[in-house]
Amino acid sequence: MAETRVEVAEGPALVLAGYDDEPLTSLAAYRAAGGYDQLEQARAQDPQAVIQELIESNLRGRGGAFFPTGRKASFIPTPDKIAKPIYITVNADESEPGTFKDREIMLKVPHRLLEGCLIAAHAIQSKQVYIYIRGEYSREYEVLQAALDEARNAGLVGGVDIVIHRGAGAYICGEETALLESLEGKRGQPRSKPPFPAISGVYAAPTLINNVESITTIPPILAVGPAEFAQIGSPPDSTGTRLFCLSGNVERPGVYEAPHGITVRHLIDDIGGGVPGGHTLKAVMMGGSSFPVMTPDDLDTPLDADSLGKKGYFIGSGVVTVIDERSCIVQFALRVAQFYMHESCGKCTPCRVGTRWLVQLMRAVEDGTASERDLDLTLDVCDRIIGKCLCVLGDSAAMPVASCVTKFRDEFRAHLEHGGCPFGGDSQLAGLFAPVDQHAHSAVPQEALV
Amino acid sequence: MTSFYDEVQELRARYPEGTRSAILPALRLAQEKHGWLSRRALEETAEALELTPAYCYSVASFYDMLHVEPIGQHTIEVCTNVCCGLVNAQAVLDAFEQELGVGPGETTDDGEITLRAVECLGGCSTPTIVAVDHRYRQSVTPEDVPSIVADVRGG
Repeated sequence: MAETRVEVAEGPALVLAGYDDEPLTSLAAYRAAGGYDQLEQARAQDPQAVIQELIESNLRGRGGAFFPTGRKASFIPTPDKIAKPIYITVNADESEPGTFKDREIMLKVPHRLLEGCLIAAHAIQSKQVYIYIRGEYSREYEVLQAALDEARNAGLVGGVDIVIHRGAGAYICGEETALLESLEGKRGQPRSKPPFPAISGVYAAPTLINNVESITTIPPILAVGPAEFAQIGSPPDSTGTRLFCLSGNVERPGVYEAPHGITVRHLIDDIGGGVPGGHTLKAVMMGGSSFPVMTPDDLDTPLDADSLGKKGYFIGSGVVTVIDERSCIVQFALRVAQFYMHESCGKCTPCRVGTRWLVQLMRAVEDGTASERDLDLTLDVCDRIIGKCLCVLGDSAAMPVASCVTKFRDEFRAHLEHGGCPFGGDSQLAGLFAPVDQHAHSAVPQEALV
Repeated sequence: MTSFYDEVQELRARYPEGTRSAILPALRLAQEKHGWLSRRALEETAEALELTPAYCYSVASFYDMLHVEPIGQHTIEVCTNVCCGLVNAQAVLDAFEQELGVGPGETTDDGEITLRAVECLGGCSTPTIVAVDHRYRQSVTPEDVPSIVADVRGG
């Protein structure tokens, strides 16, 4: 059983510093690699000074929104200004298709995540941290819980209470306000914003929410110094390194730490060994399945937010999934649409209904029963979803589907002209079953019930 | 042995008083005890949380890992999202269907194993990911399927 490949592809090693095949799961191993030194130094500093260092580093959120972490922390009122507790919630509900880095952080460097939590807690003067971990992550939960127990027994957590809260299977809970609802013991349906979590988050109190990788990047920022960190990668906006998630039709898939600004081609061909078996790259699921797909002519784009943004792409959660010429792009769009239909929480009509329509339209194209008008209708449906819901889940269905129709219109037309899929069942994604088509479990015989 | 009620009180103590935050861990615990969230399981959870069974049902029915209908004693969950799909997820799912004689969403006649297709499990670089009783098996191929099923039945 193969383990996930996790490597520092290009230095400096920050998030994965000190990790060299052997996970830094024990406190002793993490300490030997300089672990918790930054916490000690941060605690000797004024909280505001720590926030200032985060601002200076220009660390941006690694969960997908790329919001400046330091600025977000600066929005949190100080305890003298508010009579409520101040909370930190760490978003460890990693579920964006193609993303598998936070999981590896928790497995390989769990103490660095905890150290980041404790530094952030000092910075915003919080005494309560919730780590909301995806329900499916069993081993990750155990490793992180063991690390937390060890840190607590060693007296490192100080007066801060860290609770690891397990989700129960819902992609939408990765959306920050849905996460807060879920943490409060409700269905994970997003809230209307404002108020923003910094003012009214969990239990209507000020709450800082950050992704696992963002928080784990805090100790190395303090270690190298914020000014130095701000020079790594593609300054001024895409500073530092990323854990890129490389998967799909590529020789050496894995999690690779590398500075922002390496090109997509470099990641795929040089670090990942290229597309195997003499096949050719057809498209890249860039940033995650929630974003427009990348076409081969854009492979020389640097992996930083600005360069990608200029071409209509997103860095998202650092996903690069390679799709070679053997896959039908309509099937890809269909499968992506099915995912969002399954995960739509149902609160906003454009998303609840629109994702269903997108599935029906993609199915009709794939089956050859659609017409040219349906392609325009698809784009129209996408247009009526984007920006019209409380959260971005609807946009996340519409953007990739619209990009497929726009960029691969000829392939969609071929389906219409051919009266069905021109791949004739040979596509890698042919007939892929989606959970949205899976209904209630068939009745279990009563005598088999305990 | 600690009673379910007492265990839920311990879970509640982790969160601020008067909040409902313990509901997910409590439902998980109830599911472990009852196998699935039957009416009785929901009533016990509601009692321990000072909530109504209806509220507990409304929360439970939102989440994919909480089962408000009977489910097998073991689960085999195959990721069929894009990254696994690009490699061999459908062939793996087909192999499980054949080995178990049930389709996705269905449970074997003896009530032992439920087969499910699930969305991305976050193991995209080692397709296909199969979660067996919530433990990940990575890089699963159709050839691995008979031994996985034998393990589940034997274990």
